[in-house]
Amino acid sequence: MLRAALASVVAVVVCTVVLGFGYPALMTAFAQVALPQQANGSLIERNGRVVGSSLAAQSFTWPRYFHERPSATSPAYNPAFTTFSNLGPTSPALRKLVHTNAEAILRLERPYNPGLTIHDIPVDAVVPSGSGIDPEISIAYAHLQARRVAAVRHLPLATVEELIRRNTWGRTLGFLGEPGVNVLELNLALDKLGGT
Amino acid sequence: MGQGTAQILVYAVVLVALSYPLGIWMARVYTREKSDVVERGFVRLLGRDATTDQSWKQYGLSVVVFTVAFSAFLYGLLRLQGHLFLNPDHLPAVPWAVALNTTASFVTNTNWQYYAGEATMSYLSQMAGLAVQQFVSAGVGLAVAAAVIRGIARRGGGVGLGNFWRDLYRSIVYILLPLSILLAVVLISQGVPQTFHGHVAATTLQGAHQTIARGPVASMISIKQLGTNGGGFYDSNSAVPFENPTPLSNFLEMLSILLIPFAQVVMFGRMVLARRHAWVLYAVCFAIFAAGVSIAFPSEQHGSQVLRNSGVDITHTAQQSGGNMTDKEIRFGIADTALWATATTDVSNGSVNGGHDAFTPAGGAVPLVNMFLGEVEPGGVGSGLYGLIFYVLIAVFVAGLMVGRTPEWLGKKIEAREMKLAAVGALAVPTMALVLTAVAIVTPAGLASVLNPGAHGFTETLYAYTSQSNNNGSAFAGYGATNFSATLGTVALYFGRFFPLLAGLAIGGSLAAKKVVPASAGTFRTDGATFGIMLLGVIGLTAGLMILPALTLGPIVEGLMH
Repeated sequence: MLRAALASVVAVVVCTVVLGFGYPALMTAFAQVALPQQANGSLIERNGRVVGSSLAAQSFTWPRYFHERPSATSPAYNPAFTTFSNLGPTSPALRKLVHTNAEAILRLERPYNPGLTIHDIPVDAVVPSGSGIDPEISIAYAHLQARRVAAVRHLPLATVEELIRRNTWGRTLGFLGEPGVNVLELNLALDKLGGT
Repeated sequence: MGQGTAQILVYAVVLVALSYPLGIWMARVYTREKSDVVERGFVRLLGRDATTDQSWKQYGLSVVVFTVAFSAFLYGLLRLQGHLFLNPDHLPAVPWAVALNTTASFVTNTNWQYYAGEATMSYLSQMAGLAVQQFVSAGVGLAVAAAVIRGIARRGGGVGLGNFWRDLYRSIVYILLPLSILLAVVLISQGVPQTFHGHVAATTLQGAHQTIARGPVASMISIKQLGTNGGGFYDSNSAVPFENPTPLSNFLEMLSILLIPFAQVVMFGRMVLARRHAWVLYAVCFAIFAAGVSIAFPSEQHGSQVLRNSGVDITHTAQQSGGNMTDKEIRFGIADTALWATATTDVSNGSVNGGHDAFTPAGGAVPLVNMFLGEVEPGGVGSGLYGLIFYVLIAVFVAGLMVGRTPEWLGKKIEAREMKLAAVGALAVPTMALVLTAVAIVTPAGLASVLNPGAHGFTETLYAYTSQSNNNGSAFAGYGATNFSATLGTVALYFGRFFPLLAGLAIGGSLAAKKVVPASAGTFRTDGATFGIMLLGVIGLTAGLMILPALTLGPIVEGLMH
């Protein structure tokens, strides 16, 4: 018992030093030298100021921007406190949320997209993402918003569609995962293009 | 569905192709007589306890004392983090009940999380506290599995099972650490942060403020996956892009979940010189895994009741993955999330890349049943192997009764003592899960943790205690932390770890002392399809039937609702 206790105390110290400090320090040193952009959070700067990360959604409400998927974090799109919505498959709260979100999308998009109905809204546009900061929307949801953005910015629809295509992250190696459109990168590309 | 199915098949092929050589390597690690220079130094530093060939009791004592010592250290660290260094965001001490539960959760290889990592834990706590346990608890599991296997393989000449400290050293240095370094490097290249800088303040395109949490993430995520730990840096775990940024990172993390657990079955076959028998076990594990995916994937693609009735477009097209996208990420879609949920509960990992609470009734029942089977398909790093052995012994015993002979397994007679231990090992944990669920569902203090109304709330509770009892750690995350639920969980965590662990060691010790009986014409063969089907039946009947009544109160009722 005593022998095991002595060995345990020594092992706790050795493990903590080697695995708790040595290993992460080694990985950090490597990361900071070899891959600093990724290692520091894939931050995006514009005019010398950090405007966000390509791996985190942020709140877009203005009509001139593409909008993100809903988020369950508080406040929405909070990369310092991610969370699921945890709304079950039969949850009345989920039913209400889907309804409210769909109504809001129809109200916003219909002026530019007459004849739009709830059946045209892709599911990802009305339900919260897993992280609450999913940086992507489905290609379908991007196309749904394209007419509005083009109209508000006085850009040809084809130009906006081309930007969507360029900011789509495809399947890795052609078969892994699902394609999506990175909203922050797309909006940055739009701003770069100008338009009002 | 076709594209998703293709991905799942590729995953399965790569898994088999990699787990096989790794299993051979692991067998070599634990059977090698010679120790390297560092190991000799480590052993000398630890003193007499590390030099002897330990009996199962001595081995178990070392494990228990070591776990107690590390628990005390970790609890102290979490409570004192506010006064310590590497805390750039000035986070205060972790509240006592959460600290207690978290300590139990990480030292038992569970990683149930009653807290939001990025908002609760300092870098010091994440890195030098929790991530250390992700190595150590996995190392302990592997060490114990190696010891149990040595007992089974022993052919005369003492009853020793090896030495815990040496096995721990080898598990970490020769298996867990090299793989973690490799995976961390790839994850960083995909965008997982690895930095000691604190939060970043960003000004969004619309001029709002956004705080981005980062830290030494990659070094933790790699071992979290490889060591069947599951506890992430961020609250939403591997759904968060900073933990899992691309489909490639997702593929590799999913691979890491099942890699060592499947490899340890191969290792078992090599160490006990019964490769065909091990392949039968491998096939049984694989069959349960495949069955889970083939239920979870279509269920999630079909969508939840609310979404199907809402009128929005949930069809799978080239432009969207459709289906039940609630609490799922675009880049993973339905197939990768369903595959992950199945894999993470077939073993004791418990990390998630989407919210299980929002799964469809059938989709959510898959992880629940997986955990209830004791996660022996193939189970946690180390712990899954001795968990599987309990069921193998029960299957051998039942087969023995059928043919009317004393059961034998790998040349040793299986008698009353081994059967009692196997029954305790296999049944104690599911029993505890049901009892604790009952306690939590009939007390007001327990009901305070429930988020969703009705049958789904019952499922949340059942899931919480099943997950903690089985040391899985995945969650229907709506189930909230109270002092009551955290303390009840702590009990589940420690007992869930040590009941099977000590029962496994005792079986190893008991078999080590037995004489070898040569196989005869009447010996029931354990290396063919008949035994595989037998084992599947035993797993289904023992644990499966225990959970069926509870399932009818939760997911089944829910599935019948509109």
